[in-house]
Amino acid sequence: MTFAELHIDRVRRAFGDTVALRDLDLTIKGGEFVALLGPSGCGKSTALNCLAGLLPLTGGQILMDGKRIDTLPPERRGFGMVFQNYALFPHMSVRRNVAFGLSMRKVARADRERRVDEALRLVQLTDHAKKFPAQLSGGQQQRVAIARAIVLEPALVLMDEPLSNLDASLRIEMRTEIRRLHQSLGLTTVYVTHDQEEALALADRLVVLRDGLVQQIGSPEEVYAHPANRYVAGFMGYRNLLSVRVSSSDDGSATVTGEGFTLAGVNRDGLSEGEAVAAFRPTDVTVAAEEGDNTVRASVEVVEYHGREQAVEARLPSGEALHVRTESRLAPGDDVLFRVPRERVLVFAP
Amino acid sequence: MTATIEKPVVTQDKPSLKHRLAERGVDRTLLLVLPGLLFVILLFVYPVLYGLQLSFQPKEGGGLLANYTKFFSDPYLFDTIWITLRLAVPAALINVLASIPIAYRMRGRVRGKRLLTTLFVLPITLGTVLTAEGLIRYLDPTGWFNKVLALFGADEPARLVHNYTGVLLSLIISGFPFAFLLTLSYLSGIDPTLEQAAATLGADWRKRFRHITLPLLAPGLAITFCLTFVLAFSVFPSAYLVGLPQGETRVMSIAAYESAFRDFDFPLGSAIAMLMALVMLVVIGLVLVWRSTLYRGSTGGKG
Repeated sequence: MTFAELHIDRVRRAFGDTVALRDLDLTIKGGEFVALLGPSGCGKSTALNCLAGLLPLTGGQILMDGKRIDTLPPERRGFGMVFQNYALFPHMSVRRNVAFGLSMRKVARADRERRVDEALRLVQLTDHAKKFPAQLSGGQQQRVAIARAIVLEPALVLMDEPLSNLDASLRIEMRTEIRRLHQSLGLTTVYVTHDQEEALALADRLVVLRDGLVQQIGSPEEVYAHPANRYVAGFMGYRNLLSVRVSSSDDGSATVTGEGFTLAGVNRDGLSEGEAVAAFRPTDVTVAAEEGDNTVRASVEVVEYHGREQAVEARLPSGEALHVRTESRLAPGDDVLFRVPRERVLVFAP
Repeated sequence: MTATIEKPVVTQDKPSLKHRLAERGVDRTLLLVLPGLLFVILLFVYPVLYGLQLSFQPKEGGGLLANYTKFFSDPYLFDTIWITLRLAVPAALINVLASIPIAYRMRGRVRGKRLLTTLFVLPITLGTVLTAEGLIRYLDPTGWFNKVLALFGADEPARLVHNYTGVLLSLIISGFPFAFLLTLSYLSGIDPTLEQAAATLGADWRKRFRHITLPLLAPGLAITFCLTFVLAFSVFPSAYLVGLPQGETRVMSIAAYESAFRDFDFPLGSAIAMLMALVMLVVIGLVLVWRSTLYRGSTGGKG
């Protein structure tokens, strides 16, 4: 079972007086991998639970190829879901866990066995079929959860922060595994995460949420290189978000001043005056030889060793922190002149 | 410049005695166990052993086992086993079965949960005598219940007290709170996302209950059954007050009481008490054997 288009139409979910999700509009095409990205409390898990049918909507509707599905209970939507804590049935073997959905749908035994074998092979757990969830490592449990969800070949796979309980190296391994599965099976997937790296690595399209509101929808390249606002920028690695005032501007660029520095940058919000935020990535900052365009003076406070690079936190005269990643060797206490290329500085409305 | 590496002076081959004892769990905190242990020995172990040896010294002679032979050959005594089981097993089963749906609905966050739980648990505080009195007033042939039945045209009042039904009702009233509290805590220990996962896999609520909740709850239900069964099996006051103590609710505890304190045959009373314990142990043993065939591991919740 598959679909051409899943239309999420002004979906809204409130808990009492707090609105967790405001008027989410999103169209998902068959085969697409969509990531819902945002910090905790942004409404991404709420959106996923609404899609799964585990939470009723407060408003709006969900249409699959024009048919309303938001009124169906979860067991009749035919979506597979991978939970953050995996939610494996502890009293069933791996094999029975994976077969559960097929038994519920009364798939004939021979067909069921074949599909379970296939799913276990896909997640490389054939040798562990007889074990119980408690006998497996975190990564293996994760793979059982994925096998259990995909064995039904669901129209839509929903993943709720599936990697957040794994340690760092396993997380990257499983991320590749999920991407590989998506490429080989082509199952439409909605993936919830707070990790922008994970979202960028996996998704065809990103939906960045904040306080229940969509901030930006776009491809990983678009969101990474052209964040829509200062909030998305902050989430996409623009760690430096300095409070500044616009001193002059023309069509595409703006000159802004802060305490003791002046920066020229890209005028993203068409500002002509007033308060603004200058956003740039730590990796775009270099150590300058002499005063010039787009230079900033700051004193180094903390230096972290990252192999070839150092992560430096320096203090600006205004008291704001300046985050820098540089190959230059700096030491705490150094008074350093930094430069940011003007095309790398994005000026946003505050 | 010469550097000499001095060997550390070895004063002892082994760690100190205190350290070795602590490794085996023997340290001063062990003293905390002492008061409780003393209590158990003085007030439980000693009386039980005393009763046990007493039961082997029949009042009228006839050998060690005379009291036990008497019990098994006298139907008036022997039948009390079935009378008691006939009350205790249904009462325990009803309590467990009734607490499942209520606890199922009440787990997690429910509006008015505290009020409802208080209401359900209140009977614990009432005591059997008050409950019995209430039952008699309410269910007596001249009580409200029968008055209401008469309004609806019942010819004869329903006989609900001073018989088997009265005692069963009393046992349910006093045993249900325990069953409910235990079941609720076992149910709260089951991770709710398991049922959500089952739902996304196509299981409706019946299948979710049958395949997920019930198997994970069953070991807890077994324990709950055992506890309410033990409570019901040693029924005494309500068997007297709302039952028919010389007839269909002559339970084992009444037989033991009468032997000991009416006929002043303490050895026979002790023998009956020992047999009571034995019957309970057999039933609990059977339930625990069944339980051992179930999945008893983690249920994923934070219960």
